[in-house]
Amino acid sequence: MSTRLLALGASAAIVFAACGGGASAAPTTAPTSAASAAASGTPAPSAAAAFKACLVTDTGGLGDKGFNDNALKGLQDAKKAGYATEIKNLESKKDADYTSNIDALVADNCQSITTVGFNMGDATKAGAAANKDVAFSIVDNAYDPPIANVTGIVFATEQAGMLAGYLAAGVSATGKIGTYGGLPIPPVTAFMDGLWAGIKYYNQENGKNVTLLGYDPSKPKGGVLATAGNPWGDTDFGNQQANAFFQEGVDIVVPVAGGTGIGSFTAAKQAQAAGKKVYAIGVDTDQYITAPGFESVILTSIQKIIDKAVADTIHLAQQGTKGGTNYVGTLANGGVGIAPFHNLANLVPAALQTGLDALKGKISAGTVKVADYLK
Amino acid sequence: MSRLPTVSANMVWAVLGLIAAVVMVVQKLYIALAVFALLILAIAATRRTVRGRAFTDRLKLPVLALLSAFLVGGIVLILSDLEFYSKLSANPLGTLEASFGRVVVAYWELLKGAFGDIPKISTALASGDRNKIGIAFRPMSETLLATTPLILTGLGVAIAFRSGVFNIGAEGQLKIGAVFGAWVGIWIPLPFPFGLILAIAAGVLGGALWAFIPGILKAKTGAHEVITTIMLNAIAQQIMLALLLTPILRPEGSTTPISWPILEASQLPLLLALPKLRVHWGLILALVAAVGTSWLMFRTTRGFEFRAAGLNPRAAGYAGMRAGRTIVLAMTVSGALAGLAGAVEVLGTNRYLSPGISPGYGWDAISIALLGGTRPLGVVIAAFLFGALRAGGQGMALATGVPIDLLGFISALVIMFVAAPRLVRELYRVRISSAAPQTPKVVETPV
Repeated sequence: MSTRLLALGASAAIVFAACGGGASAAPTTAPTSAASAAASGTPAPSAAAAFKACLVTDTGGLGDKGFNDNALKGLQDAKKAGYATEIKNLESKKDADYTSNIDALVADNCQSITTVGFNMGDATKAGAAANKDVAFSIVDNAYDPPIANVTGIVFATEQAGMLAGYLAAGVSATGKIGTYGGLPIPPVTAFMDGLWAGIKYYNQENGKNVTLLGYDPSKPKGGVLATAGNPWGDTDFGNQQANAFFQEGVDIVVPVAGGTGIGSFTAAKQAQAAGKKVYAIGVDTDQYITAPGFESVILTSIQKIIDKAVADTIHLAQQGTKGGTNYVGTLANGGVGIAPFHNLANLVPAALQTGLDALKGKISAGTVKVADYLK
Repeated sequence: MSRLPTVSANMVWAVLGLIAAVVMVVQKLYIALAVFALLILAIAATRRTVRGRAFTDRLKLPVLALLSAFLVGGIVLILSDLEFYSKLSANPLGTLEASFGRVVVAYWELLKGAFGDIPKISTALASGDRNKIGIAFRPMSETLLATTPLILTGLGVAIAFRSGVFNIGAEGQLKIGAVFGAWVGIWIPLPFPFGLILAIAAGVLGGALWAFIPGILKAKTGAHEVITTIMLNAIAQQIMLALLLTPILRPEGSTTPISWPILEASQLPLLLALPKLRVHWGLILALVAAVGTSWLMFRTTRGFEFRAAGLNPRAAGYAGMRAGRTIVLAMTVSGALAGLAGAVEVLGTNRYLSPGISPGYGWDAISIALLGGTRPLGVVIAAFLFGALRAGGQGMALATGVPIDLLGFISALVIMFVAAPRLVRELYRVRISSAAPQTPKVVETPV
């Protein structure tokens, strides 16, 4: 009898204590009005005005090592750099969470809200329309026409692509690079334009004749494309296309087609096992990290550097730019770049690295333009 | 297990009430706690009648399971803090106090995130500002919004469990229902409410069809429904994805797997015309479905056959009931409810279809059916609880940074405790009647 009462009593006491403590703690931990929020914010050194930056990740969730994780890193970097005095992030588990999370962050007095990816395009637009005093930004999306309080975070991937093209041309033993896209749309062809330009620049500089198979900027819709039904996830196509390239003597393949590219990485790995010296270049994120298992294959990746872009956009919001324009990640501002060579660093001789650095400097300074190398 | 002398249950409740009263006086607590105390008093009152006692007896297991899950969840929250260990050696007492406080604040924020903040609500009501009122009631609205599909899928799974079939396929049935509902909602322009009714009917039909397949396979070939429904979940997911990549559901030339928006005349209207409140008529549909399920299961011949098959299929067969037909019918009704959940999400909550339609409503449904004792009222209460966890997690994450995933962990623990009544019995030394149909009978149905 006593044990039973004790057990019940103890557990009840803990639960009641939990509620009780919460009630008394609540006024200090969760101010209910903006006024008290400001009041509790003031004890911090008031050198910079309080700025609350917030983030909503998409249903891909944290732990994706890609867009969501990098966006969160950007948010944390913004706080470290002093652009934001307070940061908050909410994860979305389903579509219905997008609107709900934006509403919750607005109610929590966030001054800037960053969302991730096209999935949140409509929810971000609606949130921005309903809360005109909040600075919104959205990763890898843009609106036409632009919205006064939304910054579309987009990337000049052709600049990083040009570096990758130059690198590939320098590394390739056969002088043939192969690429294919998911769809003939600008977000995809930008990568391939960059490759073309980089290879052309390398050829002019070194008097070589490296060629790009699968894409020609004069016919952007005529390149090699993944299957129309499933452009971003058809690993079979990715595998076959890479093997077709290898047959033609290509030794570096650059898939610009999301998950389809994994099929090409697999093909390259199989070809390596058969003794061929073939490699691949990733896109969007550092795929050495995001696509584990292909460390021997991935030479580099044409990267959108989300964390840098997110931190920069928060900085802009803190300085008073609510939106109405796009933030374009470039080589100059560090918003795009090529990933480290990791295991394959020995393929890149010092001379090639010097050339790469020089090209990077010229693109950043604007003396070399991708568009000039597309003819 | 050893028989210990039993204390009258009334005494237990009285002690609980006393503790609540003392704590309230000492801490000057919010109304939420007063409500809780009233609840305890109400429970004590119901224990005066036989029916009331039977009701509160049924509550014992779920309530204790919930309590245990939150206790374990709190311990995990403390232990998963990486700084806890280093701080513990430096300042044991202070660290324990701080960690305990962290759990307390997290759970308190969870409550506020699910039901709202009383002072905020009263200031908003006093101000009369529609925008402020909307914001103040948003947590409750979000809880009810998350509850809606959970009631429907939970009811579906409960009907199947009661009838002796394990429908693990509510997730897939929901998705097919969502696809059917979305297609009609996008392409068939009819004036309100006919467009809406047709779209809902399509969703119900889709779910029913998707559950009919494992039903008929079991009845005709003996294929086990656990296997077939799980496999059909995967197939449903792929069908939904494939259709979202074609002009059947999305605009021509679109590069994203997002469907056309649902026609306005085919959308479920909002319940309240206040800003930020997204709860819609789907909630009413779900409650009507609960009443309907109760009527079907306990007031009709068909329901009697379902329950008979669930209790003892051999006896049911001996009494002249056709086992095969019961299985197919029970599965179909079960799938129809899950399909309705999918249609309600597409037509009411999201107003478009994309792959993120469900965070696992069909899987939560299994937990909800078990926690609710496979009874319609129980399912509604359990769904509300899960809805509150899902919605409250947002407030908790926002205020304390505790990841929302902790709640997935806690809801899994709830089910483990419910599924192990003996564990709860031993832990709390309370009597839990084993006759109560808390878990479905695990029996091989002879076909």
